[in-house]
Amino acid sequence: MNAAPYTLVIGLEVHVQLRTKSKLFCRCSTEFGRPPNTQVCPVCLGLPGALPVLNKQAIDYAVRTGLALKSEIAKFTKWDRKNYFYPDLPKGYQTSQFDLPICSRGFLDISDSKGAFEPKRVRFIRAHLEEDAGKSMHDEVAGKADSRIDLNRAGTPLLEIVTEPDLRSPQEAKAFLTELRLLLLYLDVSDCNMQEGSLRCDANVNLHIPVDGKTVATPITEIKNLNSFRAVERALTYEAARQWDQWSNDHIAIGGRPKQTRGWDDVQGVTTLQREKEEASDYRYFPCPDLVPVTLTGADLDKARGELCELPAATRTRLVQQYELKEYDSDVIVSQGRELVDYFERAVVAGGPAKRVSSWIQQDILRLLNERQQSLTQLGFSAERLADLTKAIEAGTVDTSRGKEVFAKMLDDSALSVAAAIEALGIKAVDDSELMELCHQLLAENAKAVNEYRAGNAKALGALIGQAKKKNPNADPRKVQELCKQLIDSGAV
Amino acid sequence: MEWQFASAAEISRQLSSKQVSATEIAKYFLSRISKHNQAFNIFVHVDEELVLKQAAEIDARRARGESELGALAGVPVAIKDLLCTTDMPTTCGSRFCEKYISPYDGTVIAKMRAAGMPWMGKTNLDEFAMGGSTETSIFGAGRNPWDAQRTTGGSSGGSAACLAAGLSPLAIGTDTGGSIRQPAAFCGVSGFKPTYGRVSRYGVVAFASSLDQVGPMAHTVEDLALAMDVISGHDPLDSTSLPYAKPGYTTSLSQAPQRFRVGVVREQIESDGLNAEVKQAILKTLDVLKECGADVREVSLPHSKYWVPAYYVIAPCEASSNLSRFDGAHFGFRAEPLEGKKSKSPLVEMYSSTRAQGFGAEVKRRIMLGTYALSSGYYDAYYLKALQVRRLIRQDFDRAFEDVDILVGPTTPNTAFKIGEKVDDPVQMYLEDLYTVGANLAGLPALSVPCGRSQVGLPIGVQFQGRPLDDALVLQIGHRYQQAIGWRPTPAPLS
Repeated sequence: MNAAPYTLVIGLEVHVQLRTKSKLFCRCSTEFGRPPNTQVCPVCLGLPGALPVLNKQAIDYAVRTGLALKSEIAKFTKWDRKNYFYPDLPKGYQTSQFDLPICSRGFLDISDSKGAFEPKRVRFIRAHLEEDAGKSMHDEVAGKADSRIDLNRAGTPLLEIVTEPDLRSPQEAKAFLTELRLLLLYLDVSDCNMQEGSLRCDANVNLHIPVDGKTVATPITEIKNLNSFRAVERALTYEAARQWDQWSNDHIAIGGRPKQTRGWDDVQGVTTLQREKEEASDYRYFPCPDLVPVTLTGADLDKARGELCELPAATRTRLVQQYELKEYDSDVIVSQGRELVDYFERAVVAGGPAKRVSSWIQQDILRLLNERQQSLTQLGFSAERLADLTKAIEAGTVDTSRGKEVFAKMLDDSALSVAAAIEALGIKAVDDSELMELCHQLLAENAKAVNEYRAGNAKALGALIGQAKKKNPNADPRKVQELCKQLIDSGAV
Repeated sequence: MEWQFASAAEISRQLSSKQVSATEIAKYFLSRISKHNQAFNIFVHVDEELVLKQAAEIDARRARGESELGALAGVPVAIKDLLCTTDMPTTCGSRFCEKYISPYDGTVIAKMRAAGMPWMGKTNLDEFAMGGSTETSIFGAGRNPWDAQRTTGGSSGGSAACLAAGLSPLAIGTDTGGSIRQPAAFCGVSGFKPTYGRVSRYGVVAFASSLDQVGPMAHTVEDLALAMDVISGHDPLDSTSLPYAKPGYTTSLSQAPQRFRVGVVREQIESDGLNAEVKQAILKTLDVLKECGADVREVSLPHSKYWVPAYYVIAPCEASSNLSRFDGAHFGFRAEPLEGKKSKSPLVEMYSSTRAQGFGAEVKRRIMLGTYALSSGYYDAYYLKALQVRRLIRQDFDRAFEDVDILVGPTTPNTAFKIGEKVDDPVQMYLEDLYTVGANLAGLPALSVPCGRSQVGLPIGVQFQGRPLDDALVLQIGHRYQQAIGWRPTPAPLS
């Protein structure tokens, strides 16, 4: 697949904002989008004398995520201070986890239903909890530097997930992030809203180039400011090409140049140099003396394990096995999130035929949600009603095409049942004699089409369908066409 | 009536029997302050109006016959200027916080406010509590009421001196390496550092978080117990606060055991650095304790020679991080940008000139020590090693407390030294903490009470140290001692 003369090597650092109501070490709200500096207190402002108190919910969420990522959960974990000066870090240190992260190792399997890459296992190095910094807003007008700081976000809990450099293409990176996001949504530990910064990603990238039978690695760059999955894909594609050009020019290998941090410019479509580090910054990590270590017992972990929901990979398999869905169909439903899976299953439990429910969901429900930018709840079409509708179609009470009219009618009036909608639309079953009469009439009126059909144009009878619909909207087009063919083929007409 | 050396307990009794009003008491001490404060540089902030208002409220409540008034309602208290208060500045003795007013009250302050204790004011201290002489304060050196040429000790020097000078019947200090006990000894008053975690640190500007502890200073151990009943207890705002119910310190004060085992630390009593007069006073104290039921024996704390070195690694490490927030970005002092100087990074320029001008020499020394000791490549050799030593120090105490109930020894090797004598010699200054830092490293309750005076009349302090959580026992034995010697606070000469 990869025609390029190198292997692209990618490792990701993903910052996940956990959806706790209050911050990691104080009771301030974590709600997004409030006026600047309105969700602050002495603790997250870093005022003299203020002390942190752990929000245990963050530990629960981290444990839940770690278990789902097949990580080892530390039974003893502590808090460390990462010391550095920046105006959006009011204490002058970030409370984080250094040598004893809450989760170590683990993995996530990814695959592509269209086969863009081979299924693969992406391993994790660690996942640790830390507090977020505030937000700096730089406004540099006419050479006057005016910087403002919003500390609403300061102290929000983050889970930083670090992968091994296991990813080999921008497509894999995107697929990994998509699957990770889905998992986090299933676990209900984050809203994963990238626009609001709930899911942030940095990528470490370099190339492995075969040279004279050996592999040479190019200097690693860290790409920041990746605000969407598309940005990740584009930035990695750009960066691979840039590193290849650079290598072709200077042949400088890893170690020959300091590690670069580059920012992705989504408008220009380029990465630009932000800084070069000669050596790792010295953050002078040490255990935070204001907090006590967190200990988890085997019973705590067993309990968390017991409460773990079914994960996307397992759901995909189960839908195939339990409902005989195709893998592709199962993937479409599962990838939309747990809400849609629940919706599907509720419809089936209420008597909807699984395959028909699945295809209605994929073709009609998803299309509408997309067009209307609505959630399932907002759509106002319950799983039970979908069950009734698909049952009616399956039973032949209404055909597929009129079924769409029924669906539209039911959408307009959330109290309307399938039966009521069918009646309102004047849909009733057409009996065989009625149908026979209709076909005879059609064939008699369309001698030209009949002759064309006889001459071998199988599609010629298609023209009759429209007319049939006009004469009797309830006539099943499929049945009309079949019967007409029979009448001609058998010589009855 | 003269109240200047009346105990808080006595004032409390007079208040509740309505022999005197809180306003009269407050006015009395305000007049003492206006007469003597300047000479000794004890209070850095006094708000006459505020004290009188608080006192008047208590009088009004008492007049209404409110039954839930606590024992210390109306008894004034002086507060080390390291505790955050909403109605007075919190300067930390530093240029950095000269104009800083906290938007919130710390837990101890809130408890004392609820108990109806009027604030006499904020007392002088070493800058950010870093020092043993109250000389590093931007407000200038505190002077010892027993000899104005001498230091009060520190860092809670103002809180000790206000008692010795009779300017307040109670005071609050903080103790990171002896900052309550050493000035208490130098000024001839009683001071108590509780078990780490007994008193909330919320709202106390942090010096070294794992060592800092708030405690009361008073004329008598009974007063310390009264204050402990108010300020101690579990605080959900402080994660290191101990989740135990507080014992009734005052109600149990007279329940000292009939017989108890006293340990004398060999390494301290026999050390060459111990002043002979101090040693004599301690030996005399031991004789008194024997009459009180003590079985005195010698114990060894083999790692005591590492107390000061371990302390002066751990405390600066934590301080270097705790003081990072004083960077000029969000509150406190910020240096003006230098005229005409084009900086490559205005931000770094702001940080460095703000911190260069905002902190005094001793604070900078400790920030640099800590920054160095935490740096990569040095962390293991300094910080990690110091933590290991700290564990050994704790084990020494654990072992000693298998054989004894309480340790008794000198609070300081010498009596109060002269102002300026050690200010240029940090190591000599750090050795002032020789006997006190152990209790901080091990988190023990430790008490200093007066036990005599030197020939030139300078106070000497004896230290009682107990097992962690044995706060009540330490106070009981201290109280028994003060009863045995018929302790009455003696007025300092104020010259």
